[in-house]
Amino acid sequence: MNQVTQPTLTIDGKTVLIEGERNLLELVRKANIDLPTFCYHSELSVYGACRLCLVQIEGRGIQGACSTPAEPGLKVLTTTPEIREIRKIAVELLLANHDQSCPTCSRSANCQLQSLALRLGVKKVRFKSVHTPVPLDESSPSLVRDPNKCVLCGDCVRMCAEIQGIGAIDFAHRGHEVSVQPAFGKLLGDVECVNCGQCASVCPTGALTVKSEVDQVWDLLADPKNTVVVQIAPAVRVGLGECFGLKPGEITTGRIVAALKNLGFDQIYDTSFAADLTVIEEGTEFLERKTNGGTLPMFTSCCPGWVKYAEQYFPELLPNLSTCRSPQAMFGSLVKAMLPDQLKVERKNLKVVAIMPCTAKKFEAQRPEMSVDGDPDVDHVLTTQELAQMIQSAGIIFDSLQPESFDMPFGFYTGAGVIFGNSGGVMEAVLRYAAEKVTGKKLDNVEFDQVRGDSGLREATIEVNGTELKLAVVHGLRNARVVAEQVRAGKSHYDLIEVMACPGGCIGGAGQPVTTSTNARALRTKGLYHADKMLQLHKSQDNVFITECYAKFLGEIGGEKAHHLLHTSYQSRRRIADESLSLTQVQGNEKTKVSVCLGTNCFLEGSQDVLNGVLRHAEQNGLEGRIDVRAGFCFEKCESGPNVMIDGEYVHHCTAAKAIEELNSRIEVDKPA
Amino acid sequence: MASMPIVVDRAEKFEKVVSILDHYSRRPSGLIPILQAIQHEYQYLPEEVLTYVATSLDVPPARVYGVATFYAHFALEPKGKHVIRICDGTACHVKQSLPVLNALREKLGTTEKSATTADMLFTIETVACLGACGLAPVVVIDEQVYGQITPQRAVALVDEIKATEAGLASALETEQPSAEVVNE
Amino acid sequence: MNNTEALTSTPVNGHGISTLAQVRRVIICAGTGCMANGAMKVFEQFKSEIAGAGLKVILELRAEATSDEIRLSKSGCQGFCQMGPLVSVVPDGILYTKVRKEDVAEIVQTTLAGNQVVERLLYKDPATRKSCQGIEDNPFYARQSRFVLHECGFLDPEDIHEFMLHGGYQAARKAFVEMAPEEICKTILDSGLRGRGGGGFPTGRKWEAARIQNSTKKYVICNGDEGDPGVFMNRSVMEGNPHSVIEGLMIAARAIGANETLVYVRAEYPLAVERMRNAVAAAEREGILGKNVFGTGLSMKCEVMEGAGAFVCGEETAMIASIEGQRGMPRPKPPFPAQSGLWGKPTIINNVETLAHVCRILNEGPEVFKQIGTKESPGTKTFALTGHVSNTGLVEVPFGTTLREIVYNIGGGVTDDAGKIWKTGFKAVQIGGPSGGCLTEEHLDLPLAYESLRAVGAMVGSGGLVAMNQGTCMVSIARFFMEFTQRESCGKCVLCREGTRQLLALLDDVIEGRADQNTLALLDKLGRAVQIGSLCGLGKTAPNPVLSTMRYFRKEYEEHVFEKKCRTGRCKALLSPEINQVKCKGCGLCIKACPTGAITGEKKQPHHINPELCIKCGACATACKIHAVEGI
Repeated sequence: MNQVTQPTLTIDGKTVLIEGERNLLELVRKANIDLPTFCYHSELSVYGACRLCLVQIEGRGIQGACSTPAEPGLKVLTTTPEIREIRKIAVELLLANHDQSCPTCSRSANCQLQSLALRLGVKKVRFKSVHTPVPLDESSPSLVRDPNKCVLCGDCVRMCAEIQGIGAIDFAHRGHEVSVQPAFGKLLGDVECVNCGQCASVCPTGALTVKSEVDQVWDLLADPKNTVVVQIAPAVRVGLGECFGLKPGEITTGRIVAALKNLGFDQIYDTSFAADLTVIEEGTEFLERKTNGGTLPMFTSCCPGWVKYAEQYFPELLPNLSTCRSPQAMFGSLVKAMLPDQLKVERKNLKVVAIMPCTAKKFEAQRPEMSVDGDPDVDHVLTTQELAQMIQSAGIIFDSLQPESFDMPFGFYTGAGVIFGNSGGVMEAVLRYAAEKVTGKKLDNVEFDQVRGDSGLREATIEVNGTELKLAVVHGLRNARVVAEQVRAGKSHYDLIEVMACPGGCIGGAGQPVTTSTNARALRTKGLYHADKMLQLHKSQDNVFITECYAKFLGEIGGEKAHHLLHTSYQSRRRIADESLSLTQVQGNEKTKVSVCLGTNCFLEGSQDVLNGVLRHAEQNGLEGRIDVRAGFCFEKCESGPNVMIDGEYVHHCTAAKAIEELNSRIEVDKPA
Repeated sequence: MASMPIVVDRAEKFEKVVSILDHYSRRPSGLIPILQAIQHEYQYLPEEVLTYVATSLDVPPARVYGVATFYAHFALEPKGKHVIRICDGTACHVKQSLPVLNALREKLGTTEKSATTADMLFTIETVACLGACGLAPVVVIDEQVYGQITPQRAVALVDEIKATEAGLASALETEQPSAEVVNE
Repeated sequence: MNNTEALTSTPVNGHGISTLAQVRRVIICAGTGCMANGAMKVFEQFKSEIAGAGLKVILELRAEATSDEIRLSKSGCQGFCQMGPLVSVVPDGILYTKVRKEDVAEIVQTTLAGNQVVERLLYKDPATRKSCQGIEDNPFYARQSRFVLHECGFLDPEDIHEFMLHGGYQAARKAFVEMAPEEICKTILDSGLRGRGGGGFPTGRKWEAARIQNSTKKYVICNGDEGDPGVFMNRSVMEGNPHSVIEGLMIAARAIGANETLVYVRAEYPLAVERMRNAVAAAEREGILGKNVFGTGLSMKCEVMEGAGAFVCGEETAMIASIEGQRGMPRPKPPFPAQSGLWGKPTIINNVETLAHVCRILNEGPEVFKQIGTKESPGTKTFALTGHVSNTGLVEVPFGTTLREIVYNIGGGVTDDAGKIWKTGFKAVQIGGPSGGCLTEEHLDLPLAYESLRAVGAMVGSGGLVAMNQGTCMVSIARFFMEFTQRESCGKCVLCREGTRQLLALLDDVIEGRADQNTLALLDKLGRAVQIGSLCGLGKTAPNPVLSTMRYFRKEYEEHVFEKKCRTGRCKALLSPEINQVKCKGCGLCIKACPTGAITGEKKQPHHINPELCIKCGACATACKIHAVEGI
């Protein structure tokens, strides 16, 4: 037999096989040595800043393992007295510049800095504290930024830029003044953050954490006037157990229901029910678009991170987004419409709490269009982490709970609703519906393996009744950007595109327990597909309670009432804070405001000439005290540029003459007699 | 009529920003030279201009801010009309540049944190090394290098500028009414 | 035959000087130092005075120059900045120092018209009190081996024709027309040329590593981001002989197969930026840069980029990030820039001074180059000599020259703070800038070279050489450099960002009297951790000044820590001013001078200082006419 010699190297004297590892660090970890790091993340670029993964390589001295390729023949030592001392010093240096109020930190239980200090036996910080407290940023509905806890590993920065393609936060300043922050020191809530929270899920400390609504929910529960209804998203059932020492992916639905009952929730329902409803509405919408020449490709709209992303960066594609609300929102809207009658409570006393794997859902719940007369359809959103905290706080021994079942009717669901939590799940669920609808025949094999998998951008072509459906499934917003740019450029051939902001879909949401385990996501995914298998029904259209719901309350699928309660509209948010540049000296507010768009399109159409013309006109006619000329950046009316806004009214296809004419008429009108 | 030159000035500057961006083909790689050119126009980097630059280059504003705050030469606050830079390189330090710095700060009432005078006339900065070590200690005022400077001479230079400025101001004041007469 | 060809094919004699160039000339140093002292006014004055005296003055070199014409030109930095503005008259061999506008008429009359020397404008050697007519008898110049610097102080940096008449772009032509890339790499490797910017890595090896990369796009970057405080040889070359940099870049590019080059110039050097840009434009005009270089069909581009004020950008990967429009933060190596650099393409980065050596090596051959210097460190190196020495400025000497030669012979000896020679004043030399280390009396006869310096915990670095006299506190010096590096840390890696800050804090403890025996041990441990563990060269070398002063001046540290005493009196917090009870006449002047009311005493009775109120400002000592305040 021909023996091929496999490349090897030695780690602490043991021979280890090199099998295409990205670097020495991954190889060392494969050899079951947990080399510590803050700034290494297998899905992000190598950064090399924490200096904890140092190893001694024979002939090369001490090197960072993360940035050293695994070359055959290397002799590597992972712990020498020198390396141990450097690691200890590195941790002490970080602690000397750290807010050490650890017991009150929400990451106290799973802080990597704390655990490393413990592991390395740091008993005392030999350096003097150089920490200067700075205020917390609590402006975001989803996240809290605490720069006092930041170790500047940059994981969040790279996550936001490399995986999500946003770059809402970045390093600013230099040397020991470096900090991670949004542009111009603004607050997170005021910038282009889409609230996906992936930054918090990679943060090794408490510098970026989920904004907790636990206290508000305790208050709701404590008030006897309230009837508190809770919905649990599919992904929560495969994540929560991790907070109680169970393996990722272990399904704990029954115990969660029991825990929620113990906590005092009045009705325990499942968001999967609303997911089934979404499948039917969205599937119908898709088939409608496909058969009647509607706007295609259609993007899914379940993911609030993606929706905000699209509103910010692809406002021209908003007609491509399904108008369906997300399952969380459909649930809130439907329940608050139906239950007051059924349970004989006033809407204002009916409270809906959602348990979600997601931080962006907190933002979604606060969208004004998801409310009725100021009363939100979903009152509070708790993440999986927060639910675990409530359970722990109440002293409930999770493991010892006897499983209980959901309340009806909104606790009834099919496997199609459950797999919503996986990337590709929405697509598969819609296919299970659409295939049967189109063919009119019963679908036997419900598993569409073509759309499953963990790649960030997957394509599939599925033939239904002689028609080819071209599908794309993406997760990670950077991947979404690639696809959306193709659509914008008219180069996309897809019919339906599922987008999830978080890696792996909702199971990888930032509200899930923080994990350092690399395969947690895969196990959770498996868990949800398993949950689907264990159920008797796999197609949303088989959910009898949904059928009943349409029959008794909603009326026709996609009909007027359904549309009112289950669909929504989107708004362009291209510029989060509308920046414009005043070109005249402004005093007082009785000025006529002239904003000329200098965005790319308008600029190419000659808006610069309009601006110059207006300024010259002002100068020649002594109007400089009366008008405020500003250069704006985008009014989102690119097709009709150059666009000029005069006192809030648009002048499209504007020329200098047109602007001056408009301006003169206004100044005439304004002129006191 | 006093505000008109400012109107034109600002518009011209903004037009410059547009042409600077075009000069670098609106490529993100040109960010640093773009910021340098903009600072050359404005004497600092105004926030709204940076936002515009970010939009034009299609890079996140946070990244532009990160770059602008990384390099010592970029100023995010307006600087004084006259920029005084005191070299604190090795040679200058050894030859007592600190007393010069302190004398100037005392004279103008500035500190390390607030380096610009309230009347926006002067900004005092320290630089690592101007490479004119043979002349240590060195002070640069508005790009003019002064070597072998003493605290007394430095203060005298500031007095000179102040006197010139005061002359300018009074000249303007006397000119103002006559200009109005012309306009009427 | 076009102009370029005519110039570049002009025969070159042994020293690279064509006969055409031997016109009588007046050269006014236009380096930053001399310019600051009014060199341009001197230049303008010469223009009018020469013409006024009925002499023919030419401002540009022409091939048909005649012997009665006087060429008036500017040069780059001639190195002797403290004596500027400098004016040399060649071939007369006269160097005038500290020339004012008012002196010009006399020079024109006496020297140019009358062929006599203006004695009063000559440099006087403070040691011998003798006047020195030219550079041959000037101790500052006579003992140097000026190759790179010579041309800086001679050629007109703004005249490409002059450069070409002196053999310029001949080496580039050779590299493009006569040599294969591997041959160029081998020549440079054989010469033993090592990077002048810090590490001393063999230049030929770097080039070869990039040459063998299989990539259609490669880059060469010239590192002109000279950031070490007190160092300015790169500035001098860029200002004084910008074409030598371009030529070196072209050769490097040809050697590795690149067609794009870039000069990254430190932002504090506006004149260097301007001269480099002008030189590139001139080279483009002459067809030296551009398409079809020397008729080879190859193209060559050169861009000049101005830095934006970050010391760390001198580090290769940080510089690449900066060129790409990012924050100048280093990234881990590997991959090395030669494998994956600018835009992910093979890239070499060479220091200005390194590139300035390349043309000579190609023109004269590696063997000639190796004749100077030591075996391991061939060639010459420019040092920026500053601090407490009589003559400061740029000094180019062969590797292997001793510190004693530089400090005592070229530098003219150690001085006190007032600039007077202090025979026994030598204490130490800080070599290699903030990344370097210190050398002491015991190293005075150490031949300066890469290996010998590394062995004693110092480094050539960029070539900063700060001489320090006995009045210098070594702890304060370490603190000065530490302050610099911690301010310039990019803030990326933990050990450098937090470590340098804590090192500084520990030094402050020493200087301000808060230190105990743990402080020194911790300084040592932390220093080593930062040295070994930091991500980039800046961090790895940041603790050097501390570790090296601790190694050689341990006693001084211990005095600060255990005796709370600074022998030089520089560390204010350790001072304990007292009034000599015998001397004090009780005049009360010190009481009036004291800003905190720390001094009390009856009239005509000896006064006292309350140490709890005293801020050790020294106002009392200044006020006291009879020097009764002691210990400050």
